[in-house]
Amino acid sequence: MSQALVIVAHGSHLNPGSSAPTYDHADTIRAAGAFDEVRTGFWKEEPSLREVLRTCEADEVYVVPMFISEGYFTEQVIPRELRLDDWDVADWDSDGLSADVATYTAADTGQTVHYCGPVGTHGSMTDVLVRRAESVTNDPDVGEGFGFAVVGHGTERNENSAKAIEYHAERVRDLDRFDEVQALYMDEEPEVDDVTDYFTVEDVVVVPLFISDGFHTQEDIPEDMGLTDDYRTGYDVPAAVDGHRVWYAGAVGTESLMADVVLERAADAGADVGAAIESVRETTRVAPGADD
Amino acid sequence: MLARQFDALLRAADADGGVEFDGLRVAREGGGDAEDGAAADAGGYTFATPAHEATGLSESELHAHAEGSPYVTNWYFWEREVQRHDSPRRAFLRRAEAADEHDAAARHEALGDGMVTEWGQLRIEATLSGDGDGSRRYDVRHVDDADRAVADLERHDDPLGARELAKYDYDGMYRPLKTGANMPTGWAFHGLDWRDAVETVETLYPATVANWYREQRGELDIDHWTDTTDRQTGIYGVVSELPREAVEWVAEAACDDSQCVKRREWQYSADDELAADGGTGAFPCREPCSLVIAAGRKWTKLEEEEPREYTFRLTPSEKEQIEGVLDAVADGRVDEIREADVYEDANRYRTRYLRAKLFDDHGNLGGVPTDPEEHHEAE
Ligand code: SF4
Repeated sequence: MSQALVIVAHGSHLNPGSSAPTYDHADTIRAAGAFDEVRTGFWKEEPSLREVLRTCEADEVYVVPMFISEGYFTEQVIPRELRLDDWDVADWDSDGLSADVATYTAADTGQTVHYCGPVGTHGSMTDVLVRRAESVTNDPDVGEGFGFAVVGHGTERNENSAKAIEYHAERVRDLDRFDEVQALYMDEEPEVDDVTDYFTVEDVVVVPLFISDGFHTQEDIPEDMGLTDDYRTGYDVPAAVDGHRVWYAGAVGTESLMADVVLERAADAGADVGAAIESVRETTRVAPGADD
Repeated sequence: MLARQFDALLRAADADGGVEFDGLRVAREGGGDAEDGAAADAGGYTFATPAHEATGLSESELHAHAEGSPYVTNWYFWEREVQRHDSPRRAFLRRAEAADEHDAAARHEALGDGMVTEWGQLRIEATLSGDGDGSRRYDVRHVDDADRAVADLERHDDPLGARELAKYDYDGMYRPLKTGANMPTGWAFHGLDWRDAVETVETLYPATVANWYREQRGELDIDHWTDTTDRQTGIYGVVSELPREAVEWVAEAACDDSQCVKRREWQYSADDELAADGGTGAFPCREPCSLVIAAGRKWTKLEEEEPREYTFRLTPSEKEQIEGVLDAVADGRVDEIREADVYEDANRYRTRYLRAKLFDDHGNLGGVPTDPEEHHEAE
């Protein structure tokens, strides 16, 4: 029986870069060859969530949401648009962080749809946050002498979004790799504006837990942290702020290792991914001293 | 015909029912129930096309008939390469060579010169590979580039490359709607096999093949305006409040052939058709798209306002100029108007002049404040 992977994401009518990470990770997974088909669907672009399933020939479809946390999109919009008529959020049996998979028949295509939890709450996402720090510092061993901040929206928009930030900050802390680890928010305390107040070490890597770069990660956060007065003029990496060096990484979702999280979500849901996880981990690795 | 193609034909002829496809009939007489080998000796093979029938053939005689027959390579291409019976992809590829209208031999002839179909702003030309095996090759490009040599176009091979090239229009602006009638020109996918041809079309116009196929089979699941807006939640929940009459204007504004190459099949509701023209596109639009819903949200808010009466004094030409400016913007013609062409209503100098004459210091047309209260306060 053939199996397809469908990565679903928000997309944008205004920002051409919004879909880029989704396409990139789909391409990485396609190249790894674990699925007969790898397709992408979007809320704001095409194929729409409503029509993406009919673009797949496979009977068995693994749907992985490129979203940071459980909430409105993963619980209401996506299942409704995919016509998973029997969807019940209780089937995920989640505490807000633990959604793994629930399986339904799509009403229009009759396909078996394994609807997975979002990438943002998967444990392996912590590895991607760390990998992002390696990428932005170009140092595969970065940690000692460095602080690490993970940034998200606050609870105002979605309570689970803050939970996901806390969860990963805790996991990075448990690695004992960075000198200091802090969760920061855009619209509540501890605020990303005051990033340097929360660290004693000079070097701080700041990674926003966002799927794609856009208004928040490219304009708001750099200006809020004081990396630049005007995002249009850009900023240095690292940038000097209040006696610290801030290594701002941009959206974690653009990191190539994200493809691994997508694959792990599908594998956890029962997809036969063979050796694809190892191969993706290998191909997306940061080469030590790549700039030397 | 390649050796493996004849082998496949033999196997199919020996199997139950033999071959019966696109005018070709090949079977082993006596059916498939005789002992292996014995039947071939006893009854032999039948090879038939619309023009010709031979029976009692030995294997080598069958080979002689099959050799060079476009019916055989046609059979192989469809039944051994494409396969996928009852699938959108196969149906789309059959459309590309009008397979339901022309017999295999006629198509073989026509494919030699190339058979052209259009799909939105795409021009798809099907040809033969030239290897004598009947497999097809496809050229996909913008309809406006029909007469240009491949060498003059930016050549692509990877269907996924279509994502980037169709992301921006000719002026480099982001295209939020993949079926918007502003596909850039100047590129070509050339020499694609059937898989990549469908994939390229699917990348440029996602889900259009699947929806067209459903429509062909009378199974298109249309969600009308009220169906789609009623299921919206969150910030789009309000769109269902847009008045019926305004939905006409939405369809006219966004779904016209000049704006979107899909043929709008959705109506206000299942039993309430819109008067606006749905267009003549090759493939259907089965529900209001996300762009229309997002714009619909803005229009819903705007339609909540009550009209007011304003009094302006304009010369007849000024009234006409304002109409002309609206037309030019709505038709996307502003960029074509030359700087010194002061005969055009939307010419930059003409509009700057009108603004200088008619606006007060607060940007109010004719000095009339938008909100009458404002006026009193100012005094
Ligand atoms: S709703 Fe209108 S603009 Fe949107 S895809 Fe359909 S026909 Fe095109």
